[in-house]
Amino acid sequence: MATNLPVSAQSQGGVGTAPVPHTEHDDHLHDHEHHDQHWLWKYVFSQDHKMIARQFLITGIFWAVIGGVLSSLFRLQLGWPEATLDWLQPILGKWIEGGKLNPEFYLALVTMHGTIMVFFVLTAGLSGTFSNFLIPLQVGARDMASGFMNMLSYWFFFLSSVVMFSSLFLETGPAAAGWTIYPPLSALPQAISGSGTGMTMWLVSMVFFIVSQLLGGVNYVTTIINMRTRGMSMSKLPLTIWAFFLTAILGILSFPVLFSAALLLVFDRSFGTSFFLSDIYIAGQALHNQGGSPVLFQHLFWFLGHPEVYIVIMPAMGMVSEILATNSRKPIFGYRAMIGSLIGISLLSFVVWAHHMFVTGMNPFLGSVFMFLTLIIAVPSGVKVFNWLATLWRGNIRFTAAMLFSVGFVSLFISGGLTGIILGNATLDIQMHNTYFVVAHFHLVMGSSAFFGLFAGVYHWFPKMFGRMMDEKLGYIHFWLTFIGVYLVFMPMHYVGIAGFPRRYYSWTGFDAFSQFADLNKFISLAAILAFFAQFVFIFNFFYSIFRGRRATENPWNSTTLEWTTPIEPGHGNWPGEIPAVYRWPYDYSKPGAEADFIPQNVPYSQTPSSNLPYERELAE
Amino acid sequence: MAHSTTLQPNAASAAYVDAPRTGTWDGGNEPFKASYGKLMMWFFLLSDAFTFGAFLTAYGLIRHKHGVFTGQAKDFFFSTAHWPIPEKVFNAFPGLHGIDLPLAFVAFMTMILIFSSVTMVLAVEAGHRMDKADVQKWLLWTILFGSIFISSQAWEWTHFINGTEAGTRMADGTIFHGANLTMNQYGPPLFADLFFFITGFHGTHVFSGICLLVWCFIATTNGTFEKRGHYEMIEKIGLYWHFVDLVWVFVFTFFYLV
Repeated sequence: MATNLPVSAQSQGGVGTAPVPHTEHDDHLHDHEHHDQHWLWKYVFSQDHKMIARQFLITGIFWAVIGGVLSSLFRLQLGWPEATLDWLQPILGKWIEGGKLNPEFYLALVTMHGTIMVFFVLTAGLSGTFSNFLIPLQVGARDMASGFMNMLSYWFFFLSSVVMFSSLFLETGPAAAGWTIYPPLSALPQAISGSGTGMTMWLVSMVFFIVSQLLGGVNYVTTIINMRTRGMSMSKLPLTIWAFFLTAILGILSFPVLFSAALLLVFDRSFGTSFFLSDIYIAGQALHNQGGSPVLFQHLFWFLGHPEVYIVIMPAMGMVSEILATNSRKPIFGYRAMIGSLIGISLLSFVVWAHHMFVTGMNPFLGSVFMFLTLIIAVPSGVKVFNWLATLWRGNIRFTAAMLFSVGFVSLFISGGLTGIILGNATLDIQMHNTYFVVAHFHLVMGSSAFFGLFAGVYHWFPKMFGRMMDEKLGYIHFWLTFIGVYLVFMPMHYVGIAGFPRRYYSWTGFDAFSQFADLNKFISLAAILAFFAQFVFIFNFFYSIFRGRRATENPWNSTTLEWTTPIEPGHGNWPGEIPAVYRWPYDYSKPGAEADFIPQNVPYSQTPSSNLPYERELAE
Repeated sequence: MAHSTTLQPNAASAAYVDAPRTGTWDGGNEPFKASYGKLMMWFFLLSDAFTFGAFLTAYGLIRHKHGVFTGQAKDFFFSTAHWPIPEKVFNAFPGLHGIDLPLAFVAFMTMILIFSSVTMVLAVEAGHRMDKADVQKWLLWTILFGSIFISSQAWEWTHFINGTEAGTRMADGTIFHGANLTMNQYGPPLFADLFFFITGFHGTHVFSGICLLVWCFIATTNGTFEKRGHYEMIEKIGLYWHFVDLVWVFVFTFFYLV
């Protein structure tokens, strides 16, 4: 029985030998996998959560490359506005006119970069991958509550991806009204070519995407509520699971509002309604639309849009908490405070949306209410940051690639979070609104840091996903290039923003005030493109290690959570025998008196007499 | 973490040692005493409630932006300048042409939908008793009431679209009858936009509900649930049906009452 093999912690750099529970397994294996399964059902239309997670991950990587290419293209334009880009003609075709990037296509590039990164990579690619992979493994379930709906969730995402990807190749170009698709620009095809078919496909794609999110979300939540193994109370859940749980609830409650906004916009665009339109005179012609409100769209959009940034960041927070504790060989500092702050962030995320709208002409009193609520988020965020730092403090730190990315995450979250306090103030925001300062802020705090969480998760759980280890040295190279690259891109960007340079501008060469920043912009572009190319180190490492990586052991990081009690390559059903029961919290690292520096969750107190605390001693008797 | 209040005495039998805890939230059970399928339906409905919530918020905000009629109710006239009084718009009843019956037809529709919820409850109850014939009977009644509601809505829409004989003089001087998504004789175009959109979205929900009920009826008749040993599927569809009913109460309040 795999779970009964003694694990030597020494060889992994840990201390001592972890106790192993004596579970009375019946010896015949419940094999849930059909070995002659057709590849179509095993690899494509799979209902196994682990395969679906891998599908999400690889689709996410594909999208991240596309998103990265798009950003490199518009950074070329920003960094070298005078350069001739004829060499891009073979790829971009008619979007290069006389050696110049078409200005409308520039808008399409930033729009699609934002859409792809926020939704397809950091929502589907991040929480789709790890919620699917880790929830059943860490709560001790054979699979998701509904494997079929889970499969549908991926295929709706796939469909959504196909539609969005196809829109890149439209003759009129993809959507170009910004990832926030504010009407009237997005509602009027005559306003900009990107508001034609490209926008229609954007909306269709997002509707499929929301369906995928909903199918996934109800599955994650019900699995966590109903399918925890014996003994796995809510206060014994790893923080990853708490993060995925709250993320899924946020998705269930906020995406439907985007769905509403998208449907209303579809009607405005295609059926002549005026929900978001009023008093518009365009191309020498007055439109019939009367009485609608574009600000209404912003309210609906940001009711999703703000929780969305927490949907992106919370899974990363959960995984980082787990990885920091494992690799500091210390319990996470303030386990309950970590849960409380996640809940606090989740609740607050629904009442701060209008801080994106301080300049829409809202009542200043209302603005100050939203400002107040926004600044309160600094409290749970601060709790988390201090707890992460306290977890690292005097820890027996192992610098694995996952650990480096986790520490990097904390660093980026602090750097980006500080400017959030500036932007959350209504009076300061009026000055900074729509400048590169905002771009720098959110790229650090939820863009790059969520990417760091994603990388940390991949490096850490790769052995469980593919049964092999990723190359550590390439991981270090990837980390340092990315970490330095990200700061080189976004630190200078703050200065450009403070100087007032507005985002989404194709070129600033017409403004004297900004021409002094030509060098800085060139520098940012150079750093951005280099940081993008550094990601190929990761992609090579990832795909190479799937096939050629060093074979993983069962519990390579000496971790305490349940996924490491499964066989190296778990089949469908995860545990060959009985599902282990849980006796203790997931952070028994370096417990005084213990034989090893970690005690897995499935080890009962009766087996660890030397390390039991007084009340635990009584539990074991 | 464990607390001293839950400690077992030392005399606990050896077999008790190493047993994981078994409280409501301690895992290995269903803390809400509801299967995952039922939980999923609840979460879906929560999500759907936010969709409708967004639409009704949009309704409130847009209505608030528009002018109101300030005179006496008896002097009310249709104009794009002010939001219409619902009693003046929805005052027709099939077969009773020319008689002013404010909100009578929509009251009938609402009543039918509430009846359908009652029959749905009875179908679920029959399912608990494993009484196949009763389940079939009450499902059929629910399907019937649902279909009457949808048909009534179709009549209501037709009447709204065709308008009154007098019509209303629009800004360009022409007389316009009824309403569509861009023109509206009863008031601002957005009144009609919101009416079509929100009641249409609700009607789509009712229609989907009817399809689900028909599927349930066929499955019941084929004995699918009997073989499964429970009629939980009817319960889940029932939750959906009651939700759609509840949403109608809000739609009704927003469009017809306030």
